[in-house]
Amino acid sequence: MDERELKTLLDEVKSGRLSRRRFVQTMIGLGLTAPMAAHILASAGVAQAQTKWTFNPTKRGGGGLVKTLWWQAPTLLNPHFANGTKDQDASRIFYEPLASYDPDGNLVPVLAAEVPSPQNGGVSKDGLSVTWRLKKNVTWHDGKPFTADDVVFNWEYVNDPGTAAVTIGQYRDIAKIDKLDSHTVKLSFKTPTPFWSAAFCGPTGMIIPKHLFQPFKGDKSREAPTNLKPVGTGPYRFVDFKPGDIVRGELHPTYHVANRPFFDQIEMKGGGDAPSAARAVLQTGEFDYAWNMQVEDEILRRWEQGGKGRADIVSGGNIEHIQLNNTDPWTEVDGERSSIKTKHPTLSDPAVRQALNVLVDRGSIQEEIYGRTGIATANFVNAPARYVSKNTKWEFNVDKANQILDAAGWKRGADGIRAKDGKKLKFVYQTSINAPRQKTQQIVKQACTKAGIDVELKSVTANVFFSSDPANLDTFPHFSTDLQMFTTTMTQPDPQRFMDQFVSWEVASKENKWAGRNPTRWRNEEYDRTWKAAEAEMDPVKRAAHFIKMNDLLIQNIVVIPVVFRPRVAAVSNRMRDVVQSGWDGDFWALAYWSKQA
Amino acid sequence: MAARVTSRSVPGGLAVAASEPRSSLWRETGRRFVRHRLAVVGSVVLLAMVIAVLVGPLVWRQPINEIDFKAKLKGPTWSHPLGTDDLGQDILARMLYGGRISLAVGIVAMLIAISIGTAIGATSGYVGGTLDHTLMRLTDMFLSLPGLPLLLLIVYLFRDALRKALGPEVGVFILIVAVIGGLRWMPVARLVRAQFLSLREKEFVESARSLGAPPLRQVVRHILPNSMGPVIVAGTIDVAAAIIAESTLSFLGLGFPPDIPTWGRILYDAKDNLDFAPHWAIFPGTAIFLAVLSINYIGDGLRDALDPRKVLGK
Amino acid sequence: MSKYLLRRTLISIPVLIGISAVLFTILALAPGDPFEELATNPNVPAEVRMNLRAKFGLDDPLPLRYARWVVSMMRGDWGFSFVSRVNVDTLILQRLPATLIVLGSAQLLAVLIAIPIGTYSALRPYSFFDQAATTLAFIGFSLPTFFTGLLFILLFSIHLDWLPFIYRADISATGWRWYWEHVRQAIMPVAVLGLFQAASMTRFMRAAVLDVIRLEYVNTARAKGLSEGVTLVKHVVRNALIPVVTLVALQIPTIFGGAIVTEQIFRVPGIGSLLIASILANDTPVVMAVTFIFSCLVVASNLAADLLYGWLDPRISYR
Repeated sequence: MDERELKTLLDEVKSGRLSRRRFVQTMIGLGLTAPMAAHILASAGVAQAQTKWTFNPTKRGGGGLVKTLWWQAPTLLNPHFANGTKDQDASRIFYEPLASYDPDGNLVPVLAAEVPSPQNGGVSKDGLSVTWRLKKNVTWHDGKPFTADDVVFNWEYVNDPGTAAVTIGQYRDIAKIDKLDSHTVKLSFKTPTPFWSAAFCGPTGMIIPKHLFQPFKGDKSREAPTNLKPVGTGPYRFVDFKPGDIVRGELHPTYHVANRPFFDQIEMKGGGDAPSAARAVLQTGEFDYAWNMQVEDEILRRWEQGGKGRADIVSGGNIEHIQLNNTDPWTEVDGERSSIKTKHPTLSDPAVRQALNVLVDRGSIQEEIYGRTGIATANFVNAPARYVSKNTKWEFNVDKANQILDAAGWKRGADGIRAKDGKKLKFVYQTSINAPRQKTQQIVKQACTKAGIDVELKSVTANVFFSSDPANLDTFPHFSTDLQMFTTTMTQPDPQRFMDQFVSWEVASKENKWAGRNPTRWRNEEYDRTWKAAEAEMDPVKRAAHFIKMNDLLIQNIVVIPVVFRPRVAAVSNRMRDVVQSGWDGDFWALAYWSKQA
Repeated sequence: MAARVTSRSVPGGLAVAASEPRSSLWRETGRRFVRHRLAVVGSVVLLAMVIAVLVGPLVWRQPINEIDFKAKLKGPTWSHPLGTDDLGQDILARMLYGGRISLAVGIVAMLIAISIGTAIGATSGYVGGTLDHTLMRLTDMFLSLPGLPLLLLIVYLFRDALRKALGPEVGVFILIVAVIGGLRWMPVARLVRAQFLSLREKEFVESARSLGAPPLRQVVRHILPNSMGPVIVAGTIDVAAAIIAESTLSFLGLGFPPDIPTWGRILYDAKDNLDFAPHWAIFPGTAIFLAVLSINYIGDGLRDALDPRKVLGK
Repeated sequence: MSKYLLRRTLISIPVLIGISAVLFTILALAPGDPFEELATNPNVPAEVRMNLRAKFGLDDPLPLRYARWVVSMMRGDWGFSFVSRVNVDTLILQRLPATLIVLGSAQLLAVLIAIPIGTYSALRPYSFFDQAATTLAFIGFSLPTFFTGLLFILLFSIHLDWLPFIYRADISATGWRWYWEHVRQAIMPVAVLGLFQAASMTRFMRAAVLDVIRLEYVNTARAKGLSEGVTLVKHVVRNALIPVVTLVALQIPTIFGGAIVTEQIFRVPGIGSLLIASILANDTPVVMAVTFIFSCLVVASNLAADLLYGWLDPRISYR
């Protein structure tokens, strides 16, 4: 689809001939994410649909206790120090951003009075500034008013290197923030910024109070008592927190949304493992909600039959994929394996890559292992399987793999393993330790064996595989094997950061202590150019086309083999109402609207 | 304590026994062992298991990793006597194959733990003094080592080197038994030392000493047999623990590759399906139980056979 | 004896320093760092991780890091957790009550089951009672706790719906209800752990009694005309307790070290779950503190065991 066609489609949406949802689906089919599509619509001036709540009470409270379960326990309650989603979610009980992302990727105002757009003058045409108008009459849990000063403070707090905030990536593109009046702020960016909602929105956008954190900006950040006893603007205020175990909150009587929240108390218990968390919701009903059900779908389905709860599944951009090494992991150059100065002896042959691409039985992996929780895909940038891009497709075909390899001159030896010029097709295939991954490995290995490729499976414990330890060869950025598999998470609804894991200047190497984000060590000028063009492109339609092109380059060159994309799965009690998940925001993005049948 | 050497003096008896030719002593031991019925049953069961895992894969020729989704999670049938797992793989074939590793790991690791533990505990308890002190503080240190980080460190340091030197299978096997055995000897050492502290002051040892028995003889002939009880128990528990520990190790990336089905691993993989596919867990669980039980009875039989004042099984 | 005690205590200090150096080295050399989730998050720039590593001193040479740890430890500063940025002592104190309640009860249960059953089994070896106890004990330690825990949950929580399987340290109820709730939720973890420990302890007790019961002085005691009960308690059990004391001394530190698997299954917020979470997150200050306290307890309880041997058998001399 080119730019002109897109413009026509947009006109159809505006005039009402094409539904919003249909448009979003079409865009997703092109390899765009739902939020990107929503962004296109918003900047074209198409109004957003609001999430509808089924339960609309006339007073606050009365709902008793809601019990939620996270199998990874929250360890801290300062959103700017969050180690992972568990900490962001725990903080979200008490803190709020200016706006959240709904399931379609639309921005929904929370602490903002409205979402900025080119139409209301909030977003400047040159992409250099955005103006937020804040909601009035919002108070912190201690009664102090929430104002523009708090917003400005959060940017200063995060940008101070001494604070050691992990959210700095979202805020460092902001050149300055001006307070226009007590409830209006103007963000100015260093360069034109098409994706201006990275700061102050969604899971990394939560705002902490200036009057309590001011003395603890910079090096003293760790000493703030409010790191453990948060004072926020959210629907629940702090009661108790035991790091690594439990967080408790109670209704905030002056919450800024009328007649919300419904529950009098909330509890977030942490620890244990995913299957037993699922049991606690689906089988015994001891809990109302459980996060991130990394449980095989077949097991979830059996437990759902009890009628106490269900698995709630929502799409996001997380992709389980196999990476193919472009460099030689078995030769050491200047004390570095997989050095950029080498070429992989066998994977550098496109035929071998093509063969591997048709040897990954994505259909069976989805059907037999992941079920509803992992959908087979041919794309790296993803959305629900029903809308898989027409530009790319996947297939599983052992015969074809054999033909490709035969044609390319890879002959079977006496041991059944193919070789050419004395080089054998033998690969070491590593991943982190996780039951579905080990099963996927076995399925891939079996197919490869049939095609005369010998695969040795290797599994590395997750806390080593995903660490940033420069001394350990077993981490994924070191990539000291031929193939590796893991899930890349897409934490924000804009693919710019997501796609930088294939640009040439991000190649992981000894020089950058393997902190580079490109483990495949693939380098392609066209990809680099497209990525840079997208970064500065203000026209959302042209920008979308850039991302589609990047995705297609990855797939055509078989830089990676996408396996399944992983929607988010939560277990929810059947008595809970309005527990709407969003793939682009934390589980508690709409916590204030949750309710439960008696 | 009121104990005193009585007319049924043991030193005399032992002296007689010791003066007999060695071969007849062993024959006597063998006779006693055979009369211990449970020990015989245990030996037969264990032998059957060993034969099964050695010969079984040659007879039962189902491949261990043939994935067949149509047949997944099926209970026992003629084509799959022990049923299938969630990838439709044949559990009998997997158990026969994995049993070699599990039994070998369990027994070798146990022998390592028991030998190191007994040697250190006996030396410490018999010699006493500074040597006792040094050895026991060493034991304290090993007891306080944190398992998980230590294992990760060992993998990190030695896995690739051993794989290169001895090949993937032998290298991993040696690593695993060394790690399990090397981290489980401390309770045995403490137990044996405690027994020695008490036994070396007992009358029959004193008598042997006064009769001029050299220290090594005192230890081997008089003290050790009487302190074997806890050692045998520790040994049997170690077999079970080692079989289970092996599966834990593979979750750390230290054990065998993930597609090798050892008993502990099958049991672990089965746990989430326990509600609706109990067969998957019952068979490996029973296998571990039987192996440990028979090893224990063999141990009991050996102890009773080696001990002149035996308590016989009826 | 007090001289012996003093000497052993003094020797313990260099021993503990040595142990701490070994522990620190292992933890520092073990692979991994605390920033796993940050490494996979595309929105966290690499500089943030590098900055955090430097800020937490992870890039400094090992001897320097150890020296720093020893110095602050001397001042009573346990450091702070890399993951939660909370002081380590606060974290440990929060976990202590649940640990003591659950693991303490489990150990007590194990001892209460093991000593009588083990003794009785040994008095009537190969009787029906002994065989039944043996079989049960073997089932007990052939099945790992992750498995028995799950069986308990399936039976008592899911099929019968009698007991909750998620442990909550703070229960909002008051009065008797509070106690009742606590007992109810502790039943399964205590039972799983207690029975597992009891299984092996019963076997040790039986073996120890069997060893002792055949020694001459027991016959002497009988011959002297002491009643069977007095013989049993004063001569047999007392001597058989030596291995049991050893075992209990080996077990007591583990009350503090935590029962990692059981705590994970039932979500008991004990020290074991803190330790495993910290190890998985490579949160070195917490792991170091917990393992170091653990080694102090190992040294202390083994000392206590050595003293107890002398009390149980006065002929054991201190050298």
